[in-house]
Amino acid sequence: MATTVDLPQVKGVKNIPIEEMFTSGHRTCQGCESALVMRLMIKAAGDRTIVVGSTGCMYVANTTYYTTPWVVPWMHTQLGSSGSAATGTAAGLKALMRKGKIKEEPINVIAFCGDGGGADMGLSAISASLTHPEYNHLVLLYDNESYANTDIQVSGMSPWGANSTFSPPGKARRIMNTRWKKNMVGMLAAGHPECRYLATACASYGLDMTNKVRRALTIGGPTFIHSIDPCPKGWDYDPKFSHELGMLAIETGLWVLYEIIDGELILNGPSRAIAKGMKRRKPVEEYLTRQGRFAHFTPEDTKYVQGKVDQMWERWWGPGVIPVNIKES
Amino acid sequence: MTTAEILEREQLISGSEAIAVACSLADVDVITAYPIRPYDTVMQFVSKLVADGELDCEFIVAESEHSQFEIVKHASSVGARVFCGSSGVGWFYAFEAITVTAGLRLPVVAMVGNRALDDPGAFGVEHNDALAVRDLGWMLNWVSTAQEALDTALMAWRIAEDPRVFLPCAISADGSFLTHSQVLVKVPDRSLVQKFLPPYNRGNLVLHPDNPITIAPQVNEDWLMEIRKQTDEAMRRAKGVIEEVYQEFKGVFGRGSPSPFYEEYMTEDAEIVFVGMGTLSMPVRVAVRRMREQGVKVGFVRIKWFRPFATQEIREMLSRFKGIGVIDRDYSYGSPSYGGVLFNELRSVLYPLAKRPLVLSFIAGLGGREIRAQNVFEMTDIVRKALETGKVEQENYWIGVRG
Repeated sequence: MATTVDLPQVKGVKNIPIEEMFTSGHRTCQGCESALVMRLMIKAAGDRTIVVGSTGCMYVANTTYYTTPWVVPWMHTQLGSSGSAATGTAAGLKALMRKGKIKEEPINVIAFCGDGGGADMGLSAISASLTHPEYNHLVLLYDNESYANTDIQVSGMSPWGANSTFSPPGKARRIMNTRWKKNMVGMLAAGHPECRYLATACASYGLDMTNKVRRALTIGGPTFIHSIDPCPKGWDYDPKFSHELGMLAIETGLWVLYEIIDGELILNGPSRAIAKGMKRRKPVEEYLTRQGRFAHFTPEDTKYVQGKVDQMWERWWGPGVIPVNIKES
Repeated sequence: MTTAEILEREQLISGSEAIAVACSLADVDVITAYPIRPYDTVMQFVSKLVADGELDCEFIVAESEHSQFEIVKHASSVGARVFCGSSGVGWFYAFEAITVTAGLRLPVVAMVGNRALDDPGAFGVEHNDALAVRDLGWMLNWVSTAQEALDTALMAWRIAEDPRVFLPCAISADGSFLTHSQVLVKVPDRSLVQKFLPPYNRGNLVLHPDNPITIAPQVNEDWLMEIRKQTDEAMRRAKGVIEEVYQEFKGVFGRGSPSPFYEEYMTEDAEIVFVGMGTLSMPVRVAVRRMREQGVKVGFVRIKWFRPFATQEIREMLSRFKGIGVIDRDYSYGSPSYGGVLFNELRSVLYPLAKRPLVLSFIAGLGGREIRAQNVFEMTDIVRKALETGKVEQENYWIGVRG
């Protein structure tokens, strides 16, 4: 697969392809943003695509025998195997094409994983997959901030203090999850200098997400996208607010929209406007108070989170990108 | 001379190298490596073949055994012929991937360089690593020479990739004794291998945009039993396919033993036979020969295919003997009679016979400890005594253990 599928950038939301390749048959919850990520992802990629999905909501709720929503070829992979699945699929196709055993043509390879499968268990395999410049593929991490399919357990990507079935607030300890969310794109960008494209995304900004998937699939080599996906069940809110919560995550600065193309950092959408001073960051309280998982928070807890987000914007190298700043000597 | 003999060449190579050569002859498409002793020697040879242009494949050094097995699993799903392997706890690190490979009916061929399971750390041979897949839908065999390793590898792809089978296959090679010892091996010509081994064709199960299928959706209680039964049927069919493929191998290359499933040594008129797997055949055969010189009616049977197990053939063959000593290079703590794994399988095989031989279990050679002729004499005395009294006072013995 020397070349990639021709996928030009989409100008304007009306030009997003009309064909649905993630159709009826899935059983995700009302208001599930991860399902929307799947739909946008495959709309962007088109039908010359193989999708491999690791265990998680988007497998268990999505892909029931006889009612699969996938129009494109789709295969399950293990919880921590999205990176290996992408490498294996791309390597198999490459070998068969090079040796003339199948027709030489560009085929997109996408492997997706949830936050538990990707950022916890699958981290080493994703890291390895990003060190193979000879294979074209995209690993997409859909992050609903918990092991949502197995009853909402805390993951390495759950926010500080969030109530989950493994981190319930109690009489002796109000805050059970004392860990700060892992920073996947920054970590992978810093650690994989050969990786040409990495991005954060959010389905509330559908056109941005569509174009990011297309960039990831056309630039060549292994790429990575991390989307933040509001989850009515895990975050505890009325499903009709999914879109709004996605926007709030970005407007409060908790989630930063950006892409790194060949080592160049570009902020996107509201994150760009905030960084340029054209827009003010909203207080995190507006985001936290909309979700039941933070209902036990005291004003001090909210202040703590606000302080950490301020740090991300004021002290990190790039807002929310790398938690390091260069010390003037 | 036959055409096969004219075209083949002899090479001084180890068991690991023989399998690497088989990868080249079989035109494998994707190979994944991760280092652990002793199997990793095969990947050292593979990487050299790739570097020298003798093997055209995607050679991927994975970041763990789990990824190693996942990568070939997915490459196999798009139609690539694949190979990988591991040893000891490395094989166990990959176990999730190994399990689903059988569930997905993907014809991955792997080499297990048998090694003791840590802890405590030990490099030497034990069979517990490979035996762990015995219930999962992997075909599993033990080879005892480098020649057999090469021949079995070529047959393994043919059998695994047969659409009647579509099951993964593990070739077990005893660590050090086989992986690292060099002997003269007849390496067949590529043209003959091409004649014997057709390209892997996944048919309408291939994952490709032109064939947009969904593989391994959630089935739960609605369908799982039917799917398990299909795998069971594939394993049952595999036995017949193995027989067919061995016959054809003989026709093309002019080599092969009378049965694909077991090998007999000095069993004619024997009253006592030992049964085992892998390279322990070497010292046991030496001991058998010496005892024969003194008129003891003893023989040896080496089991080659553990899965599928050739129940009927092995039952009939073993029914000829009075006393059977099963030598396991493995253990199964707390198993029936505290016996080895092969012992309990064979005892189950023999149960339907009206007149059953006495069967004793010997655990020997763990962690690569040498099995000596003296050990075999000792085991023979134990079996003889049981035969004389007609009673089995103790069913299981650990042989060659201090203290």
